[in-house]
Amino acid sequence: MTTAGWIVMSAAIIGMTGLLVWCIYKVLTTPESTRHLHSPVDIDTKDT
Amino acid sequence: MIPYLVAFLVVGIPLAWSEWALGRHGGSLGHNSAPGIFRGILRHRNGSYVGMLGTVMPVLIYTYYVIVEALCLYYAWHYLTGTLTGMGDDVGAVGAFFVKSLGLSGHGALFASGQGGFLLCIAFCFLLNFGLIYRGLSRGIEKFCLIAMPMLVVCAFIVLARVLTLQPPADAPDQTLLNGLGFMWNPAQSGETIWSTLANPNVWLAATGQIFFSLSLGFGLILTYSSYLKKDDDIALSSLTSVAGNGFCEVVLGGMIALPAAFIFLGPMFLSDPSNISTFSLGFVTLPNVFNQMPGGGFFGFLFFFLLFLAAVTSSLSMLQPAIALLEEGLGISRKPSVAILGFVTFTGTCFIAYFSAGATALDTVDFWMANFFIFIFATVQTLVFGWIIGPKRGYEALTAGAEIQIPRGIMFMIRYISPLYLIGVFALWCKNSLPERWHAIVNPPAGEPPVVLMSLGFILIVIIFFSVVIAISNQRWNQQSGETAK
Repeated sequence: MTTAGWIVMSAAIIGMTGLLVWCIYKVLTTPESTRHLHSPVDIDTKDT
Repeated sequence: MIPYLVAFLVVGIPLAWSEWALGRHGGSLGHNSAPGIFRGILRHRNGSYVGMLGTVMPVLIYTYYVIVEALCLYYAWHYLTGTLTGMGDDVGAVGAFFVKSLGLSGHGALFASGQGGFLLCIAFCFLLNFGLIYRGLSRGIEKFCLIAMPMLVVCAFIVLARVLTLQPPADAPDQTLLNGLGFMWNPAQSGETIWSTLANPNVWLAATGQIFFSLSLGFGLILTYSSYLKKDDDIALSSLTSVAGNGFCEVVLGGMIALPAAFIFLGPMFLSDPSNISTFSLGFVTLPNVFNQMPGGGFFGFLFFFLLFLAAVTSSLSMLQPAIALLEEGLGISRKPSVAILGFVTFTGTCFIAYFSAGATALDTVDFWMANFFIFIFATVQTLVFGWIIGPKRGYEALTAGAEIQIPRGIMFMIRYISPLYLIGVFALWCKNSLPERWHAIVNPPAGEPPVVLMSLGFILIVIIFFSVVIAISNQRWNQQSGETAK
């Protein structure tokens, strides 16, 4: 593995992990998050 | 990996925000299907045809996705019965199992005697999906997945731990973990420079298509689901978290597991052939080799492929919703007849793809034109509509209504200029370099074999015509409704 490879791998892992951790922190600290935040799978399509 | 990361930042996050906001805006105009949403936003009766791809693509992707879903179940079953574990460290046997499972050796191979097991899995998955969606039980399995998906991530971490401790095969001492990581992460492979790698438009098209596909962007799913959201629901943090979760799984888990493990087991020669490094072969050929070399491999193999099967079920269910929304909204029929019509269309497609299985030609063709080509076009259209038709002021308001995070205003500049320029630029370069080659493959099928590529394109065209007719009927209905409202 080259130095450039190490740099790309470290940047990608740190960046993606950091973004996910920040998002999870924001979700968990949002009041009434289950009512106010949604993923596509929990959206009610109202036709069932 | 550099094109993937650039695409993630330049189009992945901006398009996620655009699509969620477009969908919710369309929902506020009274539409839930992509054609209806575009008709409402463009304020033109023929605007619905602009959104047609948002219905056609998920349907066509479903036709082969259900086969992948069935393969996960088939592998889980064979871990449970010990067939795959029994192959031990025989890499060739695992590869042969994959080829036989999908019937890659010849057209109709899946329908030959002795292949009933996998066909049964396809039939089971098909019936399961349509049974759940017909009875309106899809939300039940989604709730189950709230537990299953974190388990899948834990399982992936266990696999990662095993991959990071793999030793090179005795007859190939150079196939080390570090060289495998280099194969995955080095910006340039041996004999190439960074610039020659980055100058290849195919790499950018594939990386961007992968971003769209894995984030469920650019093919109508998010557009449909977000149309059901209320005005005060958050879409900014919801979409960003979804994007971040997918990105983490693909880059941190996928990037550290699949290619490095494939390098160790299969070697650089195998991976140097681009046709060998599809997600398909990486997942279904490489991972069993990892499981077979870890303690409790049979259990973890079963758990991993079964959880993957559950994840695939939720994805395939969501692929059916955009077309159901159009049939319900456009034709004014209820959910059950909509599901029946869609069942017929997708069943025909899945049978076609399962039959013409030699070299996965039909599957690859539909996958390429849907998940790489048309997804690119529709993503570009969505970005342009959000950035230029809705515009920066209304667009920013639509995106930030109910938002739990502060989104920088500069995002609208990105969506208006940078993302479309990136998408159009990559697409134009790809068309210039690779479209003639694709065209050549279409018009010159291998001698003595059926023209499967041409037939697959014919099937795509039939589905497009079918949905054009549905949209034409829907337009008449919408015109009548708007006339009545005006009165």
